[in-house]
Amino acid sequence: MKVSEQWLRQWVDVAQDVQAIADQITMAGLEVDAIELVSAPFSGVVVAQVKEAVQHPDADRLRVCQLDDGSGKLQQVVCGAPNVAAGQKVALARPGAVLPGDFAIKEAKLRGVASQGMICAESELGLVEEKSPGIWVLPDSAPIGEDLRQWLGLDDHSIDVDLTPNRGDCLSVMGLAREIGVLNRVEVKAPEIAPVAAQIDERFEVRLDNTSACPRYSARVVRDLDVSTPSPLWLTEYLRRCGLRSIDIVVDITNYVMLELGQPMHAFDLDRLQGHIEVRNARAGETLTLLDGQNVALEDNTLLIADAEGPLAIAGVMGGERSGVNRDTRHVLLESAFFAPLAVAGRARQYGLHTDASHRFERGVDPTLQVRALERATGLLVELAGGRPGPVIEQTDHQALPDTCQITLSAKRVSRLLGMTLEDDEIHDILSRLGMTLKSREAGSWEVSVPTWRFDVRLEEDLVEELARVHGYNRLPVRYPQASLAPRREDGAKVSLDVIRQHLVAGGYQEAITYSFVSDDLQQALNPNVVTPALANPISSDMSVMRSSLWAGLSRALLHNLNRQQQRIRLFETGLVFNGDIDALTQTPMLGGMICGTRDPEGWTSRREGVDFFDIKGDVERILSLGGVEGEWRFEPGEHEALHPGQCARILRNDRHAGWVGALHPAVREQLGIKPEVYVFELELATLQQGRLAAFSPLSRYPEVRRDLALLVDESLPVQSLLDVIREQAGDALTDLRLFDVYQGAGVEEGRKSLALGLTWQHPSRTLTDVEINQTIDNIVAVSSERFGALLRH
Amino acid sequence: MEHLSTVVATAVEAIDAAEDIRALEDIRVRYLGKKGEVTALLKGLGKLPAQERPAAGEVINQARQQVEAALDAKRTALEASAMAARLAEQKVDVTLPGRRESSGGLHPITQTLRRIEQCFANIGYDIAEGPEIEDDYHNFEALNIPAHHPARAMHDTFYFDARHVLRTHTSPVQIRTMEHQEPPVRLVCSGRVYRNDSDLTHSPMFHQVEGLFVDENVSFADLKGTIEAFLKAFFERDRLDVRFRPSYFPFTEPSAEVDIQCVNCGGKGCRVCSHTGWLEVMGCGMVHPNVFDHVDIDSKRYSGFAFGMGVERLAMLRYGVNDLRLFFDNDLRFLRQFQ
Repeated sequence: MKVSEQWLRQWVDVAQDVQAIADQITMAGLEVDAIELVSAPFSGVVVAQVKEAVQHPDADRLRVCQLDDGSGKLQQVVCGAPNVAAGQKVALARPGAVLPGDFAIKEAKLRGVASQGMICAESELGLVEEKSPGIWVLPDSAPIGEDLRQWLGLDDHSIDVDLTPNRGDCLSVMGLAREIGVLNRVEVKAPEIAPVAAQIDERFEVRLDNTSACPRYSARVVRDLDVSTPSPLWLTEYLRRCGLRSIDIVVDITNYVMLELGQPMHAFDLDRLQGHIEVRNARAGETLTLLDGQNVALEDNTLLIADAEGPLAIAGVMGGERSGVNRDTRHVLLESAFFAPLAVAGRARQYGLHTDASHRFERGVDPTLQVRALERATGLLVELAGGRPGPVIEQTDHQALPDTCQITLSAKRVSRLLGMTLEDDEIHDILSRLGMTLKSREAGSWEVSVPTWRFDVRLEEDLVEELARVHGYNRLPVRYPQASLAPRREDGAKVSLDVIRQHLVAGGYQEAITYSFVSDDLQQALNPNVVTPALANPISSDMSVMRSSLWAGLSRALLHNLNRQQQRIRLFETGLVFNGDIDALTQTPMLGGMICGTRDPEGWTSRREGVDFFDIKGDVERILSLGGVEGEWRFEPGEHEALHPGQCARILRNDRHAGWVGALHPAVREQLGIKPEVYVFELELATLQQGRLAAFSPLSRYPEVRRDLALLVDESLPVQSLLDVIREQAGDALTDLRLFDVYQGAGVEEGRKSLALGLTWQHPSRTLTDVEINQTIDNIVAVSSERFGALLRH
Repeated sequence: MEHLSTVVATAVEAIDAAEDIRALEDIRVRYLGKKGEVTALLKGLGKLPAQERPAAGEVINQARQQVEAALDAKRTALEASAMAARLAEQKVDVTLPGRRESSGGLHPITQTLRRIEQCFANIGYDIAEGPEIEDDYHNFEALNIPAHHPARAMHDTFYFDARHVLRTHTSPVQIRTMEHQEPPVRLVCSGRVYRNDSDLTHSPMFHQVEGLFVDENVSFADLKGTIEAFLKAFFERDRLDVRFRPSYFPFTEPSAEVDIQCVNCGGKGCRVCSHTGWLEVMGCGMVHPNVFDHVDIDSKRYSGFAFGMGVERLAMLRYGVNDLRLFFDNDLRFLRQFQ
């Protein structure tokens, strides 16, 4: 909320400057966002009256004016504004004046005629942003010769307070003044609001159908207004300084009262109202054209102000066009009602609206304020626009009004929550200043009645906060928590995410963090058959569905870097991926990686060839080995829409699917705009992190035996099948099996490949004999031959 | 026997002239081998009268030792020079770069997040995680933010349907933890959170770390002490002005915003702190009794504090990063600065 410093000072007289006030309320929880001058600096501008305005002899568009500036001597000014006329009071910048933008006014000759200054437009004084069409015509009451800044009180500030939703009570000059009064122990001086006597006896019927939503509705007929009366400058200036624009005298007055007291009000054009006012919920099929011109279909959760003909306004949110005050309005019905916060909350948003009224009603308007605000507005209307008021019409369901809140407060609770003891006197003092009444039955315990404007104070803890806030958070003690500490068990078999990350980092991978929502197109390209939840209100179509794979974000990051001349890229990310409709959803933590470019970083010893499938598979295998259960993991040929059909492996642990590794499909790369070959992997983190606790087995004292073996097999045979058979035949004493060469070419028949294998055995309790090893080798060759047609290569 | 000294002299001369080990070996064979000249002289001793043999033997043996000594000395010299030659040949330019995989690095957000978590894990807080697509109950309702509460407008929530949202904070993890854990609870939860807001200073996805401490007799003073000590530890400063400003969060009462003295200008006022000298770094407060009610913790017996901070904000301050969006571009030139 924006508020004028001067206006505040009329309510509460404190000595501090504006910055000190701002600091003080900020530290009391009313955060000041900005302090702005209400007008750009200017000087040397006075009120003057145009005595004569005659045509310039040599210029069609200029007029030569004689002005009385109170100096006793008429000032001649050449003016180009179309609206200048004799008799007007205007703002005259005399020679020596400096206008906003350091624009210095000097004596000049315009087309041969001397001009002693300039008659100013509002925009030239920096009071409005858009360029004014003509000079600023001041009201007749403006005192000739008076310095304009003095007269308008322009040495004022707009204080912009960013109020938290609990402090609806501060959404007015009165509310902020009250708070400043509490903090400074200064009385608040409310302007006297005397009841305005009825001049006519006209009433208007008001029916309350839903008193839990609207427990109090007050209204008043005011006849014979002159809506064309311009709002006085003091009024429009206050509105401007509080961030509102002047509309017309009626709206300006209701806005002024809202800013002053915090009570949103509405004025209906009396002639447009049919029969009576009823406050009720909307009925099926009802529509309403709002003041801003939009037509809305009303839902039955919406509280309305209606008349015999239908909806007039969404209660507490916005009025309708049909009954709005306009230039032809002569008579109005002023409304000042209390709508329960829950009846208004959510309605504005439901219709895509947010108004000053809904903002206040949602947070809570003092339910005792309505008639006072109505009197205030009536008084101003009569004074400024000359209407004849009827009597106050008031409908109240006292049962439905918010209860006066009573809270029991104990000094013990205060010291337990704050970690210090506040003296009973201070507790009493602070709460009383906040408008609470305290009754004490025993020492250190009070029954506290909360004032009607404090909707946020409902519990003992709320009172504790009030005490802490006014006492000052920074005067509260500081200590460290005491806790009973016992060592906790850590799962020793689990591979920590830190270790996995560090491992990838050591392997040259850079961690990325990409958005969890991606474009549907990208998702379709990578995982066309997977459904993931789509956002109802995405920020853009690029960020509209939840990712089904980390590859979506990683491929974007890869592309970003390729487009910036990076050629060797290795990225990984950890995070949730999503699968299924919102009601049958899985959110699974994954580890994903993506590489492209050369095998080694560029260097004088480097291998310059590009990475291939076995580079990324090797990286994956190294991560899998961290858990110490490499034997449980297997790779088998798989099919994935995003991956190259000939370079795609499903990763399994104990036959359960746990991830993928492969080359990105060339068609997918083309669709994503990625030129180089890219290799990717993705693994379920939870599966990856389940390792085993290392277990010791005694070291054998007997010698190792190693035999190498070359087998010729069909080139299409997956090596894994052969390795499985070898393990099966090699016996328990086999300690290592490795494939050290794969060969095709001269000496090997077309369609076959030669696999060179190294086998190592070591028996825990005896020396293995050549005879038994030879027998084992023979078995391996025989079974391989039988199952795969393998031949021993000599 | 004059012949003997000639033999020795010739042998020593030949040894001196030998250029390699093989030549030296030839010389050894020629003089000391089975058929060598010196060996032959020794064999000839038998022909001498018995009384002359010891003297002659000694002379010949001396000659033999003389030749052997010369051979040994020469061999040592030749081996040393061969070693020197081999070493010279194996010399490399040690200033050439080594052969290696270049190191990657952790994302600065991960580094910052882990640093914050570690601060609290070190003093006995547990680390917890939770889902990112949350139900309305855990994200709002249980945190004392009922439907249509004005505070929901502070959150700019991403919705899937009427009941599911992208979590707007990591606070639901606190609820999920308290639902099945009796006090004492000491917890930090961290992770991605989402708000429908995107501009220079807002990212639709960012990271939070939240902490929760629930026990008997936990007070606002404990909260202040914890936060102050944490901020000093995080920024590695012995002196750091910290102030607590009353604020409002539906799930805490009393609530506070925490400001620190600007770490860029030391509080004098600069662009980073909008010339206020203060930086808002986190929110905190005492757990609201309604929150305890939702998780069946007796608020008369237990009290607790909670705090939450934006990881990007702290990372920006710690590393001097000036643009939030850099964190999610994943530009290698940016990421490598944090290796």
